[in-house]
Amino acid sequence: MRWDTVVGALLIVLLLCSFGFVDNFGNALNLSFLIGNTLPIALIALPMTMLVVAGEIDLSVGSVAGLSGAVMGALWNHGMAIETIIPLCLLLGLVCGLVNGLLVTRLGLPSLAVTIGTMAAYRGIAQIVLGSNSVTDFPQQYLDFGSGRIPGTFIPFAAVPWAVLAAVAIVVLHATGIGRSLFAIGASEEAAWFVGIRVKRLRLAMFAATGLISALTGVLWALHYASARYDNATGLELSVIAAVLLGGIDFDGGKGTLGGAIAGVFLLGTLQNTMSLVNVSAQSQIVVTGVLLVVSVLGPRVGRQIARARARQRATAAPAATVAAPVASA
Amino acid sequence: MSVTARSSVRASAALALTAALALTVAACGGTTKNSTDASSGGHAAAAGTANPNAATKTGLTVAFLPKQVNNPYFTIADNGGKKALDALGETYKEVGTSSGTDTAGQVSYVNTLTQQQVKAIAVSAQDPGALCTALKQAMSNGIKVVSYDSDTNADCRQVFVSQASAEALGRSEVQLIAKQLGYTGDIAILSAAQTATNQNTWIGYMKDELKKPAYKNMKLVTVAYGNDDAQTSFQQTQGLLQQYPNLKGIISPTTVGIKAAAQYLSGSQYKGKVQLTGLGTPNDMRSYVKDGTVAAFELWDPAKLGELAGYTATALASGQITGAEGQTFKAGDLGSFTIGADGVVLLGNPTVFDKNNIDQFNF
Repeated sequence: MRWDTVVGALLIVLLLCSFGFVDNFGNALNLSFLIGNTLPIALIALPMTMLVVAGEIDLSVGSVAGLSGAVMGALWNHGMAIETIIPLCLLLGLVCGLVNGLLVTRLGLPSLAVTIGTMAAYRGIAQIVLGSNSVTDFPQQYLDFGSGRIPGTFIPFAAVPWAVLAAVAIVVLHATGIGRSLFAIGASEEAAWFVGIRVKRLRLAMFAATGLISALTGVLWALHYASARYDNATGLELSVIAAVLLGGIDFDGGKGTLGGAIAGVFLLGTLQNTMSLVNVSAQSQIVVTGVLLVVSVLGPRVGRQIARARARQRATAAPAATVAAPVASA
Repeated sequence: MSVTARSSVRASAALALTAALALTVAACGGTTKNSTDASSGGHAAAAGTANPNAATKTGLTVAFLPKQVNNPYFTIADNGGKKALDALGETYKEVGTSSGTDTAGQVSYVNTLTQQQVKAIAVSAQDPGALCTALKQAMSNGIKVVSYDSDTNADCRQVFVSQASAEALGRSEVQLIAKQLGYTGDIAILSAAQTATNQNTWIGYMKDELKKPAYKNMKLVTVAYGNDDAQTSFQQTQGLLQQYPNLKGIISPTTVGIKAAAQYLSGSQYKGKVQLTGLGTPNDMRSYVKDGTVAAFELWDPAKLGELAGYTATALASGQITGAEGQTFKAGDLGSFTIGADGVVLLGNPTVFDKNNIDQFNF
């Protein structure tokens, strides 16, 4: 029983319970709210999963999203066309990601330290760019894209680009050489380097992709909430990391599946939505989420411990075996 | 294996190229700020007409959505709302985010309340624009929307219950500090978040008041932001005094900010030398007034603000008002109120608290 299967099962159970027992959960409006509010986390979780699999982390994602939204607002106020602004913002995200990646790969710094730094720096730049303004007057058709849903369904328009990106990410991570290389780097960087994987380049590309997706999230965020502010998406990085953790992605690198991460994202999103509908207070919601996280980190490890203990018992029970076979950690 | 790495570099190069290409294509023409019509400034007037003599419906669920739950100020305000709703025989409920700058969280609460089909929402907006889509959705589902304390854009609610005129609040805080300083010296402002609508409006009036000749010997050196967080506000105060050695006074138009600033001043060498005023609650500030750190500060009564929001929401949900200018409604023992321009209802003038009267108040 793999952990990501457990999370997927939990999600299905929760959905069934919510559809069955929670008033106002199953209608199209609520489902679109649920997906719409979870989308930013779901988007960034895709590249974040790949980074974590490769043994890295990026804490600057929320700030990059905020920065791209702030730049979008500032340029819009300057009278630039939105069709020009959005690609510019995406390019900016790519640059932010490249900066992270270059600091990590060229200077050999740990990504945790680098991205804590750039998290503050990018948020600071966002504040300089937009100050205390909030820009709300984006063109209606774009706002409708950001907050509307496909007519006759519960699916927000913005979920379509996510679905495409999710499909691409799953293929890349689980069915190509790039994905295999990422797992190899996460499992053992030296070994990966010795077999000829271009570790640094691959890492740089992953950071760049994370920056790009974060910027896209920032643009969609500003459109969804019809508000570009410098403090948009503050704290988003923690929600993403929480969801990725819950999805069974091991922070030591080299383990995990994107399906698990996506299930983790929607498990947290659905849980929050359902708890709100049944009037669980904000504080209690945080406690529930926290407990769930601790369990999700402990779950797989406890499983491994039990497996090891059993193997040891078998080894001592069989005196003929002089050397216990080393147990592969599941 | 190096093939994969090279292809990843190629992919990023292709990506950058595509983006650049998209730019050049997009640069010719497109949707700009000037080509779209600005949204109308009018506020949301509900369909149907008001009947001032309509009976007050009972058993309505009215939800209070403060900027931040567990913030003492909003706890008092919302309890005032509860008092009004209990008196009218309605059901009160309070939901909200535990952070004062979690707009996405506020939006999802509006969504949840829309789902739960409450009859009215009284909301203090963290951001004037971000809640609009969600609130309009709520109104189109027949839910009445009242903003209190911090307004949204006027077209996203029916009535705004304002604590006092922003102008009176801004100007009177400058007048208070000027009296304490004898109209001379450098002052600074310690605000909440850089994006807080109400704070920025008040600060605008403070700056305007300072332009008057009476204040020619006073100078506003900076506006610092403590994000309505006690620790940040404390550190900002510390920073202000280090950065501006000539600072003589601080105005903090936020209950969290003024308390943190007073806390810092009372334990520093600046106690009694640097004056502090602004908006605070008597219970928060009592000890600082008594030990001489703060001479006087002011506030409206948040309990009454919440109470008025409760009465306004019920009047809307009962069809006694729609939010149009000139309509009148009764608010229990607060008296009767008339809706002004843009659907704004004013609570009244702020109260100044000093060592002579502070013990008469308990909130």
